[in-house]
Amino acid sequence: MSLRLRVNMIKCTGHGLCAELMPEFIGLDPWGYPIVPRADVPEDLADLAPRAVSDCPTLALLLDRGDRD
Amino acid sequence: MTLATLGEQEYPPDDATPATWSSAGQPRLPEHAAPLPRLLAGLAEGRSRSAGLEAHERRFGPLPLPEDAWVDATGWNLGESGRHRRGRRSRAHQARSARRAATRLIDVAERSGLTGRGGAGFPTGRKLRSVAEGSGPTVVVANGAEGEPASRKDRVLLTRAPHLVLDGITLAAFAVGATRAYLAVHDELRLVAGLEATIAARSVAGIDPVPIEVVGIEPRYTASEQTSIVQYLNGGPALPTFTPPRTHERGVAGRPTAVNNVETLAHLALIARYGDRWFRQAGLPASPGTALVTVSGDVAFPAVYEIELGTPVGDAVNRAGGPTERPRAVLMGGYFGTWLPAGLAWPAPMSHPGLREVGAAMGAGILIVLGESSCGLAETARVLRYLADEGAGQCGPCIFGLPALADAMAELAFGGDPTAARRVAGLVRLVEGRGACRHPDGAASLASSAISAFAPDVRWHAGRGACHGVRRPPVLPVPSDLEYW
Amino acid sequence: MKALLHGPDLWYLTRAAGLVTLVLLTASMVLGLLNAGRFATRRWPRFLVQGMHRNLSLLALAFLTVHIGTTVIDTYTSISVGNAILPFSSPYKRFWLGLGAIASDLLIVIVVSSLVRQRIGHRLWRVIHWAAYACWPVAVVHGLGTGTDHGKIWVVALTYTCIGAVVMAGTYRAVKLLPDRGLAR
Repeated sequence: MSLRLRVNMIKCTGHGLCAELMPEFIGLDPWGYPIVPRADVPEDLADLAPRAVSDCPTLALLLDRGDRD
Repeated sequence: MTLATLGEQEYPPDDATPATWSSAGQPRLPEHAAPLPRLLAGLAEGRSRSAGLEAHERRFGPLPLPEDAWVDATGWNLGESGRHRRGRRSRAHQARSARRAATRLIDVAERSGLTGRGGAGFPTGRKLRSVAEGSGPTVVVANGAEGEPASRKDRVLLTRAPHLVLDGITLAAFAVGATRAYLAVHDELRLVAGLEATIAARSVAGIDPVPIEVVGIEPRYTASEQTSIVQYLNGGPALPTFTPPRTHERGVAGRPTAVNNVETLAHLALIARYGDRWFRQAGLPASPGTALVTVSGDVAFPAVYEIELGTPVGDAVNRAGGPTERPRAVLMGGYFGTWLPAGLAWPAPMSHPGLREVGAAMGAGILIVLGESSCGLAETARVLRYLADEGAGQCGPCIFGLPALADAMAELAFGGDPTAARRVAGLVRLVEGRGACRHPDGAASLASSAISAFAPDVRWHAGRGACHGVRRPPVLPVPSDLEYW
Repeated sequence: MKALLHGPDLWYLTRAAGLVTLVLLTASMVLGLLNAGRFATRRWPRFLVQGMHRNLSLLALAFLTVHIGTTVIDTYTSISVGNAILPFSSPYKRFWLGLGAIASDLLIVIVVSSLVRQRIGHRLWRVIHWAAYACWPVAVVHGLGTGTDHGKIWVVALTYTCIGAVVMAGTYRAVKLLPDRGLAR
């Protein structure tokens, strides 16, 4: 099962909790906004992804679970 | 004329010379030139008047809709509208007939290979089919809210050939079973009033079963985007929204909505009359038909021209009278587009796949020629500043990144900062794909293509600062706020 | 057993639980205000401030349950469960207890809405959460009015320390967010 994270940039106001929780995967640009790769979330971070989604202060982070691309 | 005779109507003989503002230079069209113009054929009537309904029907014939088509709250029906009450042909039967006929129209649209003329180039038949298959009543939106400052083709169609656009809207509504239709245009009094009068004249003649509502949109760059218009129609601001859901799934009032550029719908109006084989007589097998292009910049006769898809860029420029000085580069696809060095651009075929191959994009058919006495970096810096100001202001990377990008390009063009080029490249990577809409992507593509197309200038500027090209009057139009009012 | 239910022990438990609830609620309020002001240090990243805020709120709710439960069970005063939920319905100290009922009702709504936050969406959740600005002061006033310990200096000092902490945190929040709402830095 592949996990993909997507961010709704309209809702995002750059709190940065997601980058704090998963710094190996999500980076921050110079203005505090997350850089979320389009790749699958690595296995060892898989349990952090749902937490990042629920902890986002503006609920801007979305999790897609899929078997296909 | 009903859909049963689809494609059998003969195209009127091409007695008109290529419309309007033609050129001092000899246009060099491809050998197998099919009759041109098509969309702009009605313009032979006169440049200052739009073709009235009579003239339109004389040239192209009446709207090819089945005569017994009618619409109620749940959708389209074929059959005498009173009949179902007497049970002779039930409502459900009439609705099914309409669906079958609509499917035939969509088949023709798919076979024709018509693709969207608003910039994305998505196959129109496929879009109509996916909306038609959506559940419940659907909506058609015609997008004539041309946000690109360097584009005029939609305006030309709306003012000079509105009946083709309106025919297309009605046909699209029939195809997807829409009960509501909107035409989004710039909120200019004369434009809106003129279109409403045209629609009223058609309504008196009983042409359009679904009333078409004209909606004025502020002429801002991001307001003309598909999701912006849908959000505006839903009572919100004219700003892009996050997708999914896509508009063909959930759009106006939550219904499946087909949003098409007005030029695409005008082509549909002709395809419904003359058929898919006729449409494919122009253009290339992979990119059939004709398209309207706005040629501007350092050319003798900047205007809107109709070309066959696949026409080399140089030929299109020559149709516009040719360049007024030795060309340096061409901006393909508008401010969302890419710079190509003139040598690379000239033979490139104007079509989506053709331009992709040389690293550019067709966009909404915009072609701006830059002569060698201008500075491409300065022009790009000005446009980037405009794009930064024109952002929707919703996403952080765009709010902060685009002004930074514009600053860096300006420092490269006017200030001679040797690190500026590297900063531009870094910022391009930072803003690309990081907004809710494609606005930052367009700016990124413009900036990065400028760096590569004007690479010698980048090296010169980095050492010495501004060249004397920057003092030349601007070639790329950037509207000041005064123009909005 | 009857002596336990009637004697002063349960009353001590009620007051103790009430004070602990006040402290926890204050701590949660302070962390909530810091979080809203985007407070973060290396030792206290945002997810920690937010996580502690959440956990302390749940703990406050737990102690509130003890506080209310012991009050209801206590036979010395005839306060029913209904009195604890419906404000100003109790025969004993109607007004001050009523404030307590209001504060606890608000806290329950706030906590429940936060637990189902992803279902109700950000906008609705945020509107409900503003009730915290009412919940905490009402709880403090309830404590000052109902409490039989306002003679004791340490209780008074504790209460005013809590008030001071929230006032400082509130000022931080107001100052931090006034000029650039919604932007990252």
